Amino acid sequence: MAEVAVENVTKRFGTLKALDNVTIDFPDGGFFGLLGPSGSGKTTLLRTIAGFIFTDDGTIRIGSKSVEQIPVEKREIGMMFQNYALFPNMSVADNVGFGLRVRKVSLAEERRRVGEALELVQLGQHSNRKPHQLSGGQRQRVALARAIVTNPRVLLLDEPLSALDKSLRVDMQIELKRIQREIGITTIFVTHDQEEALTLSDKIGILRAGRMVQAGPPREVYNNPTDVFTASFLGEANILEGAVDGNSLRLTDGDAIPIPKGLKTGATFAVRPENISITTEEPTERDTPKIQARLKQRVFAGAMATCILDRNGSTFKVISRDRDLPQLPEGGPVWLSWEPEHTITIPN
Amino acid sequence: MSNMLVKQDRLRIFGLLSPAYLWLTVAIFLPLSAMFYFSFLSEVPFGDAEWNFTTDNYRAFFETPTYAILLWKSIKLGLMVTLTSVLIGFPCAYVLAKTIQGRSREALFLLVILPFWSNSLVRIFSWAIVLRGNGVLDRTLNAILPFELDINLMFSTPAIVIGLVHSYLPYVILTAYLALQAIDDSLIDAARSMGAGKITILRRIILPLSLPGLLAGAVLIFVPVVGSFMEPRILGGRVGTYYGTVIEDQFVAVFNWPLGAALSFILLAVVLVILALASPILRKAQT
Repeated sequence: MAEVAVENVTKRFGTLKALDNVTIDFPDGGFFGLLGPSGSGKTTLLRTIAGFIFTDDGTIRIGSKSVEQIPVEKREIGMMFQNYALFPNMSVADNVGFGLRVRKVSLAEERRRVGEALELVQLGQHSNRKPHQLSGGQRQRVALARAIVTNPRVLLLDEPLSALDKSLRVDMQIELKRIQREIGITTIFVTHDQEEALTLSDKIGILRAGRMVQAGPPREVYNNPTDVFTASFLGEANILEGAVDGNSLRLTDGDAIPIPKGLKTGATFAVRPENISITTEEPTERDTPKIQARLKQRVFAGAMATCILDRNGSTFKVISRDRDLPQLPEGGPVWLSWEPEHTITIPN
Repeated sequence: MSNMLVKQDRLRIFGLLSPAYLWLTVAIFLPLSAMFYFSFLSEVPFGDAEWNFTTDNYRAFFETPTYAILLWKSIKLGLMVTLTSVLIGFPCAYVLAKTIQGRSREALFLLVILPFWSNSLVRIFSWAIVLRGNGVLDRTLNAILPFELDINLMFSTPAIVIGLVHSYLPYVILTAYLALQAIDDSLIDAARSMGAGKITILRRIILPLSLPGLLAGAVLIFVPVVGSFMEPRILGGRVGTYYGTVIEDQFVAVFNWPLGAALSFILLAVVLVILALASPILRKAQT
């Protein structure tokens, strides 16, 4: 187990900067998510930490050792691939034991450690099967067992759950977290699924176009996004443009909404869709931020419902429990209001 | 109703397949049966020759040890050519499949297939020009090397092997290429992440996974090489007497078609036995 530190790492592919001066550290034993849209460089960063790709600039440390010059074979990492990359010609036990055999571990020891690893992922009884005889979830457990059996210093997961269907994915998230806690290994995973990143991570890093846009604990990044991209990429955000004017926020379209004292000044503000309530009557409290909008569409999704609203040409989104929503006339005027502290200032 | 549908389906399938069946019948089954029939005759039944049914032609193989010796020589030649082709072809296929990308891959592919486009006789005689004493190879090497070297590979077993390998190499390159292409690169990445070096990856992942393709290529080479006669005759000269050349002689020189046919069917039987013995390995490789 070890801490991983990435400092000022740059990687160019031709003229494209896949990683642009990226700095982030992953403390020992934590579970970290790298999040970003496709092409943001998150997989490149993971493969750079793994050692498949060498940096053009900057340092990568695993523990106290600089590893930029060390190829993947010698980095002592465990990696799980998006399609699991199980060896189709080998049984489950041979797949898991592959790394041990490479390290010339004795046969008895190999058998013991493979057994332990398979026990950990709850696949003990399937050790003689071939990968094609397993279900998707089982394959994933094998891939995980194979990645951790050699006691690597860091575990890297490339889109670990994206090949599973939704219900299985949620189970595996819990399972993955349990196993990670049990062995206490520093784990870094890449995902494009923001919900997955928020659920699993102790800390997330958000990448965009090769740059680390923001890094921090999920709640902090979610509640205090530093720019509009992070605000709307991690969760959803209704963006308000305007300027602070005394105790209120003067929107560009003229309306003023009250804001709590001490809010940082800036030009852009955001409100999360789940923090907004919809009413047909104007809320009466004086210091409640409120704006008027027109309901365009109400989308029912079981427990929750999403309302799409229009305010002078800009779209607003509100998510709330379906039963909390009043009977709303489609196309009619409604009031949107929220608690003052739910107005987020976006500095950049 | 469903029965009728099934019947219609069957009719349609038969209709669609009939050209293929017709082709197989005309091109393979009829000539082969004719040859099989010939192999039991005492004389070629052309003109006013007297002939009767006999098994003498088959008995000849067992009574004259020369045939068995030559057959064994041909099988050894087949094994040698197959092995050489695999040893050269597999690395070529690996480079094509895993390291070269884009347009240069297409260009190299063209070069691989090129031997197929040239007439085999022209190809063999070109080799004769290269390999003979004072030939292209001899003169080039002597022009480069500081010491005198007398290279005359013409009319030797190496010459035959070179000619045959050149002709059949594309088979193994193409089949191995397809097998290697199907191996997901992430398998190699995964093995590397577990600390495996290049040799281990080749031995434990790439070779086992590409074995079916490699074996298919080997069979494609081995079968025709065992019966080959042109390369041994032209490049082998006096040492070029093989089972295939003996069969050819029966048809072309001695005009003893029945014996030639019988020897051909013995070859076919031996090759089938070899393939049957190898099939457990083939089947194992496929799973």
